[in-house]
Amino acid sequence: MPDFIPAKFCVGCGYPIILITLGRILEQKQLSKKAVMGLDIGCSLLAIDALPINIFHTHHGRVTPTMLGFKRARPNSLCFGLTGDGGAYAIGWQSLFHSALRDEPITVIVVNNTVYAMTGGQTAPTTLPRQKTDTNPNGYEGATFFGPELLRHVAHKDAYLVRTATNSPKEIAVYLEKAIATQQAGHFSLVEILSFCPTNWKTIGKATMDYVEDLKKVYKVGEI
Amino acid sequence: MSHSSGQKFMTGAEIATQAAVDAGAEMMYGYPITPVTEVFTNWIKQGQKYLQTEDEIAAGFAVCGAAMAGQKAFTATSGPGHILMQDALSMAEGMRLPFVAIVAQRGGPSSGTVIYSQQEVTLACFGGNGEGLRLVYSPGTLAELYTLIRRAFNESWQYYFPAIVLTDGYTVKTRGLVDLENLKMENVVSAPLVVEGEIKHWPNIFTFEEELYSEVMKSKTDFDKITANIATAEEYQTDDAEILLIAHGIVGAATKVAVDQLRSAGKKVGLFRPITLRPLAAARLNNAVKKVKKIICIESSLGQLARIIKDELAPDIQVSFEYLQYPGLGIEIDEIVSRVSKF
Repeated sequence: MPDFIPAKFCVGCGYPIILITLGRILEQKQLSKKAVMGLDIGCSLLAIDALPINIFHTHHGRVTPTMLGFKRARPNSLCFGLTGDGGAYAIGWQSLFHSALRDEPITVIVVNNTVYAMTGGQTAPTTLPRQKTDTNPNGYEGATFFGPELLRHVAHKDAYLVRTATNSPKEIAVYLEKAIATQQAGHFSLVEILSFCPTNWKTIGKATMDYVEDLKKVYKVGEI
Repeated sequence: MSHSSGQKFMTGAEIATQAAVDAGAEMMYGYPITPVTEVFTNWIKQGQKYLQTEDEIAAGFAVCGAAMAGQKAFTATSGPGHILMQDALSMAEGMRLPFVAIVAQRGGPSSGTVIYSQQEVTLACFGGNGEGLRLVYSPGTLAELYTLIRRAFNESWQYYFPAIVLTDGYTVKTRGLVDLENLKMENVVSAPLVVEGEIKHWPNIFTFEEELYSEVMKSKTDFDKITANIATAEEYQTDDAEILLIAHGIVGAATKVAVDQLRSAGKKVGLFRPITLRPLAAARLNNAVKKVKKIICIESSLGQLARIIKDELAPDIQVSFEYLQYPGLGIEIDEIVSRVSKF
């Protein structure tokens, strides 16, 4: 397990925190050999060399169906889908919703930075009211998307749905462990992680932390 | 009815299902769509493993994931579903996944008609944001539907290109006598592309144009290398033909009967019927057209086959073309005989 992630992500990005945390858990639990991680296209694609496990790219919005196909073919594997909030909740929502409904035993990690970050910060389903983006330069006026809460309505009672943030790495570790245990028990799991995007938020230092804390006021962290 | 003991009266859908079983397929991902739904429901009736997904996009990507894990999986679709399937087929083309799809064409564009057409040739052969490096088979008969599905699994798992068996609703819904015992072939064994315990970092998106270029050119080289083994066509009465009829699928089968009738009337016609549309048997095509005065392309589309044929003709071949084109319409033998007689 490397002590650092190759510097592909922007300075201050939250992804490396998530990936290092996941990598340590897999190493500690000796699950690296069984782990397979599919990457959605978006900032998630940059994780291709991040961990010493099998990793492959899929298409934008398609990581969930790809991983359920892999999991059903090889049930003893540990399947992760790493995706952004746009890939998960907009273009990939139909597949994500039905995978939760069918209780597919895979773990989807949704990195929520409230924008399409790779393409320069356009409005996502998770964009907050009044937030200014490239596609809502005068401020977003729509409603806000609560992925895990929506899935709770259709998911199996033993499916694991949770939200945390990149300024709480210990909590990320606890929740990822529970998500893995849920997959091993044969159920669907989704971990949404509110993640730093200083590039698109146009923040530095403490302002980035404050931004996440503000997000937490809207997107409640904890098990759902 | 007198027939040998090996013969059975089966629908195209039943034959397709049996071919997949015999090919060693372990899993089917599907979404109902006319005219190919019965391939899915027959598979399920046989007690095989399956999942009905929320759409063709999910079915396609689940097949991709299964292929990576080493499982022989497949899907079946048509028309609007075939359009959605191109997303996953593009990934299969880019990552060289053994992806098998049975596509029963229906009329288009849009929701079109629901039973028959030959208007998905371009989509099957060249759909997606790539170069059309996939294997596309066009069965003319029920027996050929069986053998081409077997070949699609074998050749896809041997050469790692996506494979589409491009048929139509008439073929899938037709009931006829087939002797599958005589059509047996060895299966290529599947193997995982992502192996437990290995550390494979497998990209499909690249930073540098040169990286993608070398990936595409490697696939192109591989595709060219296997063309001689895979490209198949039927040539019928071509030796002394003055007019060469070119048709595929069940139109090709109808044209073959028309050739006999036209020959009885003294017309020197022959048939070139591509059995693989990708790769096309271009060497045989170019040989077959050498002595003919005219080519007539016959198809249930406005030239989707003709464009492939013209593209594959050697630049020095000068021959005049005529077209019988009926987009989305079935073509009867009598119609072919009557129209070709006038040339």
